[in-house]
Amino acid sequence: MNPNLSHYLILSALLFSIGFAGAVARRSAILVLLGIELMLNAANLNFIAFWRYGANPQALTGVMFVLFSIAIAAAEAAVGLALIIAIYRQRRTTRLDSIDSLKG
Amino acid sequence: MLNEIAFYLAAAMTLAFALAAMTLRHLVHCALCAAAAFAGLAVIYLQLHAEFVGFAQLMVYVGAIAILIVFAVLLTRGEEIRPDSNQSSPSWMTGVAVAILVLGGITIPVFTSPSLQRLPPAAAVAPVKIIGQELMTRYVLPLELVGVLLTAALLGAVVIAMREESEVKRQIRPPAPERAEPEEATSLR
Amino acid sequence: MPQVIQFLWLIPAFPLLAAGLGALLGRERRRLAASLAIGGMALSWLFSCAAFWTTLGAPGLRETWSFRWFDLADTTVQLGWVLDPLAAVMLMMVTFLSLLIFIYSLGYMAHDGNFTRFFCFMSLFGAAMLGIVIANSLLLLFICWELVGLSSYLLIGFWYEKPAAAAAAKKAFITTRVGDIGLLLGMLWLYSQSGTLLFYDHGGGCLEQSSLARLLAGVTVGGMAVSTAISLLIFSGAMGKSGQFPLHVWLPDAMEGPTPVSALIHAATMVAAGVFLVARVFPLMSAGSHPTALQVVTWVGALTAVFAAAIAVAQNDIKRIIAYSTISQLGYMMMGLGVGGVAVGMFHLITHAFFKSLLFLGAGSVIHGCHGEQDIRKMGGLKKLMPWTFATYAAGMMALCGVPLFFSGFWSKDEILRAARDWPFSAAPFYLGVAGAFLTAFYMTRQVCWVFFGKPADSKDSHAPAHESPAVMTIPLAILAVLAVLAGFLGTPAWPWFQSYLNGENSPLTFTALFARPQLNLMLLSTMVVGVALSLGWRIYSRVAEQSSRETDPLEKSLPAVFRLLQNKFFIDEIYAATVVRLNAAFSSCADWLDRVIWGGAVNAVSGLTDLLARINRAIDELGINAGFDLGCGGLRGTGSLLSWMQNGRVQRYLRVAGLAFSLALLALLWMCA
Repeated sequence: MNPNLSHYLILSALLFSIGFAGAVARRSAILVLLGIELMLNAANLNFIAFWRYGANPQALTGVMFVLFSIAIAAAEAAVGLALIIAIYRQRRTTRLDSIDSLKG
Repeated sequence: MLNEIAFYLAAAMTLAFALAAMTLRHLVHCALCAAAAFAGLAVIYLQLHAEFVGFAQLMVYVGAIAILIVFAVLLTRGEEIRPDSNQSSPSWMTGVAVAILVLGGITIPVFTSPSLQRLPPAAAVAPVKIIGQELMTRYVLPLELVGVLLTAALLGAVVIAMREESEVKRQIRPPAPERAEPEEATSLR
Repeated sequence: MPQVIQFLWLIPAFPLLAAGLGALLGRERRRLAASLAIGGMALSWLFSCAAFWTTLGAPGLRETWSFRWFDLADTTVQLGWVLDPLAAVMLMMVTFLSLLIFIYSLGYMAHDGNFTRFFCFMSLFGAAMLGIVIANSLLLLFICWELVGLSSYLLIGFWYEKPAAAAAAKKAFITTRVGDIGLLLGMLWLYSQSGTLLFYDHGGGCLEQSSLARLLAGVTVGGMAVSTAISLLIFSGAMGKSGQFPLHVWLPDAMEGPTPVSALIHAATMVAAGVFLVARVFPLMSAGSHPTALQVVTWVGALTAVFAAAIAVAQNDIKRIIAYSTISQLGYMMMGLGVGGVAVGMFHLITHAFFKSLLFLGAGSVIHGCHGEQDIRKMGGLKKLMPWTFATYAAGMMALCGVPLFFSGFWSKDEILRAARDWPFSAAPFYLGVAGAFLTAFYMTRQVCWVFFGKPADSKDSHAPAHESPAVMTIPLAILAVLAVLAGFLGTPAWPWFQSYLNGENSPLTFTALFARPQLNLMLLSTMVVGVALSLGWRIYSRVAEQSSRETDPLEKSLPAVFRLLQNKFFIDEIYAATVVRLNAAFSSCADWLDRVIWGGAVNAVSGLTDLLARINRAIDELGINAGFDLGCGGLRGTGSLLSWMQNGRVQRYLRVAGLAFSLALLALLWMCA
């Protein structure tokens, strides 16, 4: 059948949960970041799907949002990776288990 | 017809690569699979008639972010000596369970809501010209702010990742003899 | 001169000032202290002479001067003084005697360390006594009355290190206090009934006609007239101060004080204050047709006279004999007031003052000469060793006994006996008076024999033989001896100047009155009584005086039971100790128990309750609030540590929790909207 809105939504949901699973289940910090990127992408997909199948596609609201989202995701990835590199330099590891100085 | 096949194919590919990205052992493999997943997503964007977004996705995500991740992986490779470096954390099952729960939470509304099953009305177009016009009129403030944000992020990333002078010296010189504990123990505070 | 009345207050003021200044002096300023006292009293004497002169010029004069002290709501408290013949003659006597005795004390107290304190107290006493004399206000009278009692206490207990002296002072004060309660009640009653504090106030005073009429009309408990009741209450105060039976017990013990104190206070002035008080309120006492109060006064006086004279027969302390003699003579004075009126009683008071103080001072001279010995059994033969003392003492003794014609006691006692004989209610006081006269002569003879005649007694301790006292002591004795003789001539029937002076009449000089039948009979009777007593006493005691040892009294040998009774003062002190004192002690131990157990217990209970409350409070605070708080804090800490366990510093855990929460919230929302 033709893909309609619900297909895209389910796709984005699956993508999101995959990204989430990776973010919470992997040990390496970089992979957590990767999972977060996937989650962001899933959200973007959601936006575009709703723009396409939504009430007012002429307003281009979804597209605009996604553009900004991509830009911000890029900035965030850069900063995050810089942080990981800085931590790696101090601790010589990217394992999130061992970076727990803020332990309560 | 072709639409359907294209969609399912792209969707399956994206999901497969995403799954691979999250489960592979080798970090570089993960990064490359992720790049493929991003590309698949770009295809889906194209399908949805959001061409600009699709190309922007390719350029930014695949061309920049994935590469960045590969660089980061390569720069933090000191622990590959140990074989179990990329294993999942000890409690990965809890995380997966939570993820499944999240999945359930998100998909159940999709299934239970009848209004989501609808076909697109007319074709949606997103010409670049209109996007540009919008950016300069309605979305000019967010545009500027994002510009500032990107600048800050750029500078911030540079500053954070920059090696300090003392660290340079410490790398060149061997560490002092009285400092017996490994560098792992030095705190980040 | 009406101005004299305005300055009458100076008479007590000078000694009071001397007392005040003397109190500020140290022990070394002896000469200054003595000069202050003697100077103050001398000034008082001069002013008293001026006042006396005023009254001589105006017979029947009664001048008053009152002023308002303060107001209390709508009542006015007034003080004031009065100058009339009664006051004037007392003023003269008191100031003159005080002056003489002060001079005598210069010699007697010369070796005492507390010389300045002595003169301070004596001046205080003088001021208070003079205050009583001139008082026109009940309040002023009472204030000075109490001050006199205080000075007496201070002076009796002058040598306070001696336990006997301290006890005697206490006894004097408490016994007179018993009488003073009656006095206070009587005064308050009088004030409330008459509405004024003043005795004489131009017709409005409480001793004047309108007030007396009102008091007579009122009837109180037992059908007594109010005036009688008040008079009896006031008389109880006089009984205490003048040592009438049964409040006489303090006078003999008061001999613990120095001899000048005994002479001034317990012979002439303070004890006379009671008699003076009765004389002062005589209009009240004699109001009405059947003055019951005066009858009571007479009986009490007569009984006291004989009672005390009997005890004096068996005493061995020289001063104690004279003390009992004083009690006896005070009884005579009271009797005289009761049967004969103010003039009769006051005449005997004046003459008695002179010869009794003379006797005391003479006894003091004897004690001084015998180096402190006071037991007459250990004296003797002083006639040759102390001639001046003997001569003056003999004069006083003969005045006291009532040796006829040349000695004042004869005339004054005769006045009393004459009035008693003529008393319409009963003849018993007259016979009691005669018996008393007999006993007086008897015991005085005994005393004089044993002290002055015979051989000096053996003394176990080696004292130097007795010596005559210095001139500063013998000259006052001589002056008093002269007065003891001359004062009697002021009131003989031939020339009753004293009586007329007091009554405000003129007094003619009529020798024939002496030879009127009843008068002559009485004079002969009293002469006979005195003569018999003297010779009897001489016969019994002069023989004993020749012997060296006087262990047993001749009377003791013949009437041992009677003698023992008399020697032990009829056991009155012992009776009081067994009854009143014991009752008082029981009351006070009861009150002490009440105070300690009940009130103290109540206070302790309250404090215990407060303590208990405090403890409970503390328990609540410690166990309840503190523990609760600690528990709360512990709970917080526990929760905190519990929650902080969740913060393990790993971001993945945080993310998981967030995801979990988000999905649960979402599902809940879905379930609610479904």
